Amino acid sequence: MKIGVCLKQVPATDTRVIINPTATGIVTNDVKWEINPYDEYALEEAARQKTAGKGTEVVILTVGGAQTEQRLRDALAKGADRVVRIEDAALDGSDALGYARALAAAAKAEDIGVLFCGRQAVDGDNGAVPAMIAEILGWSQVTWIDKLGIEGTSFTANRAAGGGAKEVVTGSLPAVFTCDKGLNEPRMTKLPDIMAAKKKPIVVKNLDALGLSAASVAPVVVEDAMSLPPARPAGRKLTGDAPSVARELVRLLREEAKVI
Amino acid sequence: MGILVLCETDGGQPRKSAFELLGKAKALGLGPVTALVLGPADVTSLGGHGADAVLHYDNAVLASHSTGTAVKAIANAVAATGASVVLGSASNVTRDAFPRLSARLGAGLAVECTDLRVAGGKLVGRRPVFAGKALVDVKVQSAVALFTVRPNSFPVAASTGATAPVTTGDGGVSGSDVDVKVVQTLAPESKQVDLTEADRIVSGGRSLKSKESFDAVIRPLAAAVHATPGASRAAVDAGFAHHGDQVGQTGKVVNPSLYIAMGISGAIQHLAGMRTSRIIVAVNKDPDAPIFQFATYGIVGDLFEYAPLLQAEFQKTLA
Ligand SMILES: Cc1cc2nc3c(=O)[nH]c(=O)nc-3n(C[C@H](O)[C@H](O)[C@H](O)COP(=O)(O)OP(=O)(O)OC[C@H]3O[C@@H](n4cnc5c(N)ncnc54)[C@H](O)[C@@H]3O)c2cc1C
Ligand SMILES: Nc1ncnc2c1ncn2[C@@H]1O[C@H](COP(=O)(O)O)[C@@H](O)[C@H]1O
Repeated sequence: MKIGVCLKQVPATDTRVIINPTATGIVTNDVKWEINPYDEYALEEAARQKTAGKGTEVVILTVGGAQTEQRLRDALAKGADRVVRIEDAALDGSDALGYARALAAAAKAEDIGVLFCGRQAVDGDNGAVPAMIAEILGWSQVTWIDKLGIEGTSFTANRAAGGGAKEVVTGSLPAVFTCDKGLNEPRMTKLPDIMAAKKKPIVVKNLDALGLSAASVAPVVVEDAMSLPPARPAGRKLTGDAPSVARELVRLLREEAKVI
Repeated sequence: MGILVLCETDGGQPRKSAFELLGKAKALGLGPVTALVLGPADVTSLGGHGADAVLHYDNAVLASHSTGTAVKAIANAVAATGASVVLGSASNVTRDAFPRLSARLGAGLAVECTDLRVAGGKLVGRRPVFAGKALVDVKVQSAVALFTVRPNSFPVAASTGATAPVTTGDGGVSGSDVDVKVVQTLAPESKQVDLTEADRIVSGGRSLKSKESFDAVIRPLAAAVHATPGASRAAVDAGFAHHGDQVGQTGKVVNPSLYIAMGISGAIQHLAGMRTSRIIVAVNKDPDAPIFQFATYGIVGDLFEYAPLLQAEFQKTLA
């Protein structure tokens, strides 16, 4: 069985957001790009499952431009074997469903049996693409897992339920899992792994090669009117000796802010 | 035409989020509002909160969430009502079912909206992106549009006392549609209100230095003000607190009335998770710590000195 991992490149989480002139997104000139933090857990899980003998190969699937290749090399150094990078002009203005169709087609072409994704991409914070992939392929899915065991074609996973509770669920492969913090500790890369990663293949495919038309990834969701959240009113610093500052704060919380 | 509202239940009664959605759906004026309830429950209160009709798939198979049964039942409800909009509350159920429904119906999806409005006869969702560092409008162009809404985005009005006609059915699903099956539910690790629902939070950072001091300083302080304890990622990574306690862009996004940050610098990723808190208090010994730019009340000082003083004041005031 081949193991797939969906990796997305996103602006580093410390990016200061500047809205672009059409208010359809952010200015990306000075953005530092990173692998989506939750996808690091997906990648680590894929690598560990392979080491545990549950799969033969770890294939990274991504929709993105050539500028993503450095980050993909980093990912190859963390236990993946090769990359299928999907790039097509028609995908530029696509939406979650469009990306899911492209990624699902690639997963099928690669004969993937289990697919690991991040819980959500921290740019759009959608958490939608993985379940869409599962639906398109007719597979099972489990979202927000922090524990997984695979035995043959059966799995047991822990997923987040409401109010901090967890559910232990069972099902059978093929399946898509979305990975949450706590599932594993992503590894640090070592120099020999970085060297080895330079020789691992990155194959680029367009929609045609995946048997998809441009029309099939035309967006049904459009985002605009992006704005910054309202600024917070200026606060104030309390000064004086510690016991009176503590007393004053609690008084303010009760009488002025009325939150206690 | 019309809006289908997925009303989640808890212990056989509609959740508060269901009333929020029904009230809003009715106010939008986009046609009849049908409340959809999956699994056995008491649905009598829904008419008083804005439902024109109730579709109750009273099927025991739907009592516990499985992707296969939920998606099929909701898709059947869309077909039965001819709804052009499906609303749900942002929850573990909708995050699992709605994207799948989106792919099945070719319907555009906007998740975790914090506001909804009608423009040109169409519903527009407003939602945070980049962990709340920006907001964006989402317009859906497909025949059916799916939206999930963050809990507490809309007020709940008192019941009008109206009743709505109830249609019951089995949702067209049976045991063979269960794919992923719940075999056990594990209670939350702590008995406190979950961070995402907490009205008061006291968080500690790396400055706490050890798990022992986090437990000895932050937890009793939180208890004194009836708050849920939280932590920065630095504190979680250092093992002072559990993963589920992390507040921030890659932790929990919280929205309490009161957020007290003890020895937290206010890194952009931490701020992203708590910036919408109504009142923010920061105790930090560095007067230039970025958290002070967001704090309603700031105290420059040593947290180990202030924590016991504040704890005693809270105990006195809340006694
Ligand atoms: C991909 C990514 C995702 C991230 N996601 C998150 C996230 O979700 N949540 C999150 O919190 N962080 C996140 N971070 C980490 C973030 O960048 C910061 O490193 C982290 O928030 C710092 O935690 P801290 O404030 O506890 O520690 P520090 O930044 O080390 O700050 C400690 C503060 O304590 C003060 N201090 C020290 N001693 C005392 C004392 N005795 N009394 C009073 N004040 C004292 C210091 O002045 C300082 O301001 C993320 C980082 C990355 C790269
Ligand atoms: N363009 C993409 N390329 C590869 N994987 C993606 C892409 N978009 C989303 N994903 C995967 O889907 C997960 C959830 O993304 P999203 O639905 O955009 O929040 C990510 O963590 C990735 O694993």
